[in-house]
Amino acid sequence: MDVWISIILSICAASTPLLLAATGELVVERSGVLNLGVEGMMIMGAVAGFATAQVTGNPYLGALVAMGAGALFSLLFAFLTLTLVANQVATGLALTILGIGLSGMIGEGFVGRPGIRMEALDIPILTDLPIIGKLIFGQDLIFYISIALVFGVYWFLFKTRAGLTLRSVGDNHTSAHALGINVIKVRYLAVLFGGACAGLAGAHLSLVYVPQWVEGMTAGRGWIALALVVFASWRPGRVLVGAYLFGTVTIGQFHAQAIGIAIPAQFLTSLPYIATIVVLVLIARNRRMTMLNTPASLGQSFVPDR
Amino acid sequence: MRLELQKRAGASTLFSILSPFIALVLTLVAGAIMFVILGKPPFASLYSYFIEPLFLKFDMGPIFSDFSFEGIVPNGWSLEQILVKATPLALIAVGLAVCFRSGNWNIGAEGQYLIGGMFGAMIPVLFNDWNSPLTLPLVLIMGMLGGALYGFIPAILKSRFGTNEILTSLMLVYVAQQLVDWIVRGPWRDPKGMGFPGTKSFNESAVLPSLWQHADAHYGAVIAVVAAIAVWFMLAKTSKGFEITVLGQSPRAGRFAGFSAKNMTVFAFLFSGAMAGLAGISEVSGSVEKLDDKLSLGYGFTAIIVAFLGRLNPLGIVAAALVLALSYIGGEAAQISLGVSDRAARVFQGLLLFFVLACDTLIHYRVRLVAAVEAVA
Repeated sequence: MDVWISIILSICAASTPLLLAATGELVVERSGVLNLGVEGMMIMGAVAGFATAQVTGNPYLGALVAMGAGALFSLLFAFLTLTLVANQVATGLALTILGIGLSGMIGEGFVGRPGIRMEALDIPILTDLPIIGKLIFGQDLIFYISIALVFGVYWFLFKTRAGLTLRSVGDNHTSAHALGINVIKVRYLAVLFGGACAGLAGAHLSLVYVPQWVEGMTAGRGWIALALVVFASWRPGRVLVGAYLFGTVTIGQFHAQAIGIAIPAQFLTSLPYIATIVVLVLIARNRRMTMLNTPASLGQSFVPDR
Repeated sequence: MRLELQKRAGASTLFSILSPFIALVLTLVAGAIMFVILGKPPFASLYSYFIEPLFLKFDMGPIFSDFSFEGIVPNGWSLEQILVKATPLALIAVGLAVCFRSGNWNIGAEGQYLIGGMFGAMIPVLFNDWNSPLTLPLVLIMGMLGGALYGFIPAILKSRFGTNEILTSLMLVYVAQQLVDWIVRGPWRDPKGMGFPGTKSFNESAVLPSLWQHADAHYGAVIAVVAAIAVWFMLAKTSKGFEITVLGQSPRAGRFAGFSAKNMTVFAFLFSGAMAGLAGISEVSGSVEKLDDKLSLGYGFTAIIVAFLGRLNPLGIVAAALVLALSYIGGEAAQISLGVSDRAARVFQGLLLFFVLACDTLIHYRVRLVAAVEAVA
């Protein structure tokens, strides 16, 4: 039994960064902006969080700074694509390339240092409950935030006026503008939110999941998060399902390697990436659902006329 | 104060030529600021990054390379090394230019480059003794074939199922890295390689010759220049080039003209995949002379920057490839002479792409600073 609980816990740990980054990106894309820089913002969050925790000894402060770093970094993207109407695909790539380089430089002095782990909750009695104790009351803070975030984003997008405004900007920016909505401002806020989420996702990697600084440690998770948003057809609940599906594939692959299955480790390592492709194909085949949910202005620049 | 954009009547010719240069200057300014933050002298740092490699040991490169300087002077920072680095960048970026112009986002060139290197290595590894004038051409063709096949995967997924090619092509990079890693440690490992991952060294007839005696620079550089000119001709002077441009700028107009966007996706990926594959095999056969686990150096991603800096023009790309190659070499030089992390080169490359994209705005828009007084519209 204990083995299974620890496996489930490790699935949660592997899924949390994907869930955070994908939920943030979902809000960004719902506002009509395609930010391909998730990987870059995530790794900036990872290095900022790790460095802060090392200097101050406080992993919670680290997570906070990571969110700030992710948001600040996303501001670069927002300025280029929203104010200067640069191509969103290319700018997102630039953000990723810059993030990987910059984080490598900042983190150089931290390579190999033992990490400071964000401790799991430990509530007397509750955490000691059999089976569910550890799962429900014994995880790290970021895990709870990630779950709360999904429900929060669902509520915001579909139950509040501000959420309706954001979706209208994503579906038809010209109409939204004509209604007096400040399209650029809404998009700036959405991009910043996505940046903060990606930053927190990075902090989870460097403060909980691994906890160390390894150059390029995001290893494509930002891109998988982007794929998850497509997989979820821009719905928060499905992001939750998708993230945990991928977390399960990742952990299953680790265990298969540990057991020593007669498949070369390299093939098992590529499984999550292959799974992403397969999932994208399966989703794309269902065109009706994709068409119905894709924000209609996704990826298009908007220049307000006065 | 805020920025306001005003659409120009037409694209500005002046800025479409100037914008890459403005971007370069801004990158240097940002770099100087970065060095100040790092506590390094900004001008000396920039000098050793971007100027020194142009002259440093320039004399020893082509002329004195017959003397055995190896071991005394690191044979690394001459113009020749810039040529070596620029070769794969230019080859890949020329292919990407076709792809990006047609509106297809192939960002998995790194994977196609790797698979190209692997496919090309197949003949020299499996038939190591086969010596013939046909060997080298066949090796290069196999490399192109490998890259094209690997590029075909995201293309067919996009044209058949409408799958997002950005994500699939990128995911395939990770898969390719694992595949090459497996093959050089497993089935193709040289049994006499002292346990190091890597294949047997190629025999002479499978090696892309050096440009001059004992040079690191190889004929891949010539192939890159020829390819750039050929692709420039295709884009500027042929109906295929017209088709690429029309479909890229307006898929709807392309449809009316009877062009198929789906066929174009397949063509663009096959083409850019083949070019990336050619870059991969020319690196394997020209520089390393065997397949090992260090082939993935990120050229496929840097080539994206090269393509944009060259404004998706094959001739501009050749110049841009030299600039980016200089940043690699300068990075190595600055690490030794100034103790600046060699990662700074990557930061420069990322900044450069940002500035290139920002400056492209000037081509289509007038940018004005407006005081925020006019609140009432």
